[in-house]
Amino acid sequence: MRLSAYISGLGVLGPGLHSWPETAAVLTGQSVYRPAATVLQMPTILAAAERRRTGRVVKLALGVALEATAQAGDDPAHLASVFSSSGADGHNCHDLCQALSLPGREISPTRFANSVHNAAAGYWSIGTGSMAESNVLCAFDASFVAGILEAFTQVAVDRVPVLLVAYDSEYPPPLHAKRPIPDAFGVALVLTPQRRASSLARVDAELTDLKFDRMADPALEALRCAFPAARSLPMLGLLAARNAGRAIIEYLDVSRIEVQIEPCI
Amino acid sequence: MRPLLVKRFTATSCIGTGVAATLETLLEQRSGLSNCEFETVEIETHIGEVAGVDDIRLPQSLQRFECRNNRLAELALLQDGFFEAVQQAASRWGRRRMGVFLGTSTAGILQTELAYRERDPSSGALPTSFEYGPTHNSFSVADYVRQRCRLEGPAVAVSCACASSAKAFGSARRMIEAGLIDAALVGGVDSLCLTTLYGFHSLQLTSPSPCRPFDAARDGISIGEAAAFALLERVPDGADSDSVLLLGIGESSDAYHISAPHPEGLGARRAMQAALAAAALEPEDIDYINLHGTGTPSNDRSESQAVTSIFGPTTPCSSTKGATGHTLGAAGALEAVISTLAIKNGLMPGGVHTRKIDPTLTAFYIKENRRASVARVLSNSFGFGGTNCSLIFGRAG
Repeated sequence: MRLSAYISGLGVLGPGLHSWPETAAVLTGQSVYRPAATVLQMPTILAAAERRRTGRVVKLALGVALEATAQAGDDPAHLASVFSSSGADGHNCHDLCQALSLPGREISPTRFANSVHNAAAGYWSIGTGSMAESNVLCAFDASFVAGILEAFTQVAVDRVPVLLVAYDSEYPPPLHAKRPIPDAFGVALVLTPQRRASSLARVDAELTDLKFDRMADPALEALRCAFPAARSLPMLGLLAARNAGRAIIEYLDVSRIEVQIEPCI
Repeated sequence: MRPLLVKRFTATSCIGTGVAATLETLLEQRSGLSNCEFETVEIETHIGEVAGVDDIRLPQSLQRFECRNNRLAELALLQDGFFEAVQQAASRWGRRRMGVFLGTSTAGILQTELAYRERDPSSGALPTSFEYGPTHNSFSVADYVRQRCRLEGPAVAVSCACASSAKAFGSARRMIEAGLIDAALVGGVDSLCLTTLYGFHSLQLTSPSPCRPFDAARDGISIGEAAAFALLERVPDGADSDSVLLLGIGESSDAYHISAPHPEGLGARRAMQAALAAAALEPEDIDYINLHGTGTPSNDRSESQAVTSIFGPTTPCSSTKGATGHTLGAAGALEAVISTLAIKNGLMPGGVHTRKIDPTLTAFYIKENRRASVARVLSNSFGFGGTNCSLIFGRAG
């Protein structure tokens, strides 16, 4: 069963990667990949009260979502969304677990409210004024493809544009040793049922048993392996090169997803 | 949307292990809430604890998943012939053609909370026996159920706080309708942990007494735990007239506040209207509404306004959380099962523990059970982050 959508907006943030155009230049070999700590900006759409409460993972998710929606020319207030993350806010989670392990167990109500896996989606809705449906998923290392399947089925069945945001960020010690995500990486795609002026490519996706693709460049392959959302890199590579082609993306132990890319020239 | 058949269903909560016990408790208008004696928790509150969860052992090959949340999932899977029904569906459709969609808010985080007490005094390291992925991670319960049932289709955890397992029905619906799968194991599992007990307490949202939804003196929630599952398939030609169908799903966001509902319930209203539109039904087609009805002053006020704005003051509604407690990420699936039981048994369950209904709430809240034909039920679930989901179930014939 094949699912189709147009990619009409893209956003990327990651170690040494500050935007989609910069990432595209790295993926096409126009510039050398130089890993460096991920730079996260305070989202401009949040009011002062929310800004004080947001952690890195919210900045990451909203950062890539804003880049993608600006490129697609969509008013985020009317866009359905799918947020998929392997683990939400690790620092917030650590602080809660730490507080709960101490006598008194005094925990911050703000930290608790921010501990929900859908905090980033909630702040996106508050910041953009969007009352559209928003789903929030987790499939551990398979979270990127879980998000792709959810967003593509929504485009196919409900015939609406969908914002997909896949993002992962680190846990501090001691959880870091158990879940060693090194930094923050996120990718956002605006998927539309119809071709638009901003459309980069048409994508057809289906489940497959074929072997998944790795990145030829060792530094980019290390990036792909380090973050669940970076499993998107083989697909992003085709989009960057504006080449027709096929990428096989790692999913669950029993399956992969094959994406066929047809650039909109 | 195209309706889906609720082929099989089961639920385990403090009001019953399996649907027969659950129905009996509802018919007798009893509550499963008790004074909190969970773990080492020292909070004056009532909880809906499932007895015997930690006596459950997972199969040898899945030991790495050992935690309270997966034990609760295992206990529930084995009730009402549900596991066998899933295996029958797998042999009919193929293991690749069945997906798993489970809602949870905290999964097995209790395991991490316990591990933090066992940190190495010098290095601060967590014990070597602690495994993050199969216990703490939100996906753990979906991964456990997927591997336990040997299903090989898409699998995902939906984690939208207290709307999680209602929204899981939406993910399953889209994937079946898109043709990617033929059947879905959908549901929700959330278990007691310190994060939610102390967390809701820190927000002053837990009641010291059993929760009293829609009561004039309501003062907060009682946290519960539950696992509830449904097996969804396309509606076959000639489905039995007493089959229960999922007719509509409506989702929305509040765009208001991370931990408080919109004061006029605008997001809730939008979700209910979207569910009615998806089912091509009018408000008068709904016989009973199973409310989100948490028992906090703000939730019940905004939900009542939203309900009345669509249904007026005459559609019977109640919250079953006075009986079950608020089972958080499992609430949507648990209340989907209760809605299904309501249709199959002609029962509108009265809200227990509620004494004097708040006269400022205009929705038609029922405190006593009503026995009448129930053809269609709307069930609400709302969560932190301002996420809303309404489901509509109805009899096939």
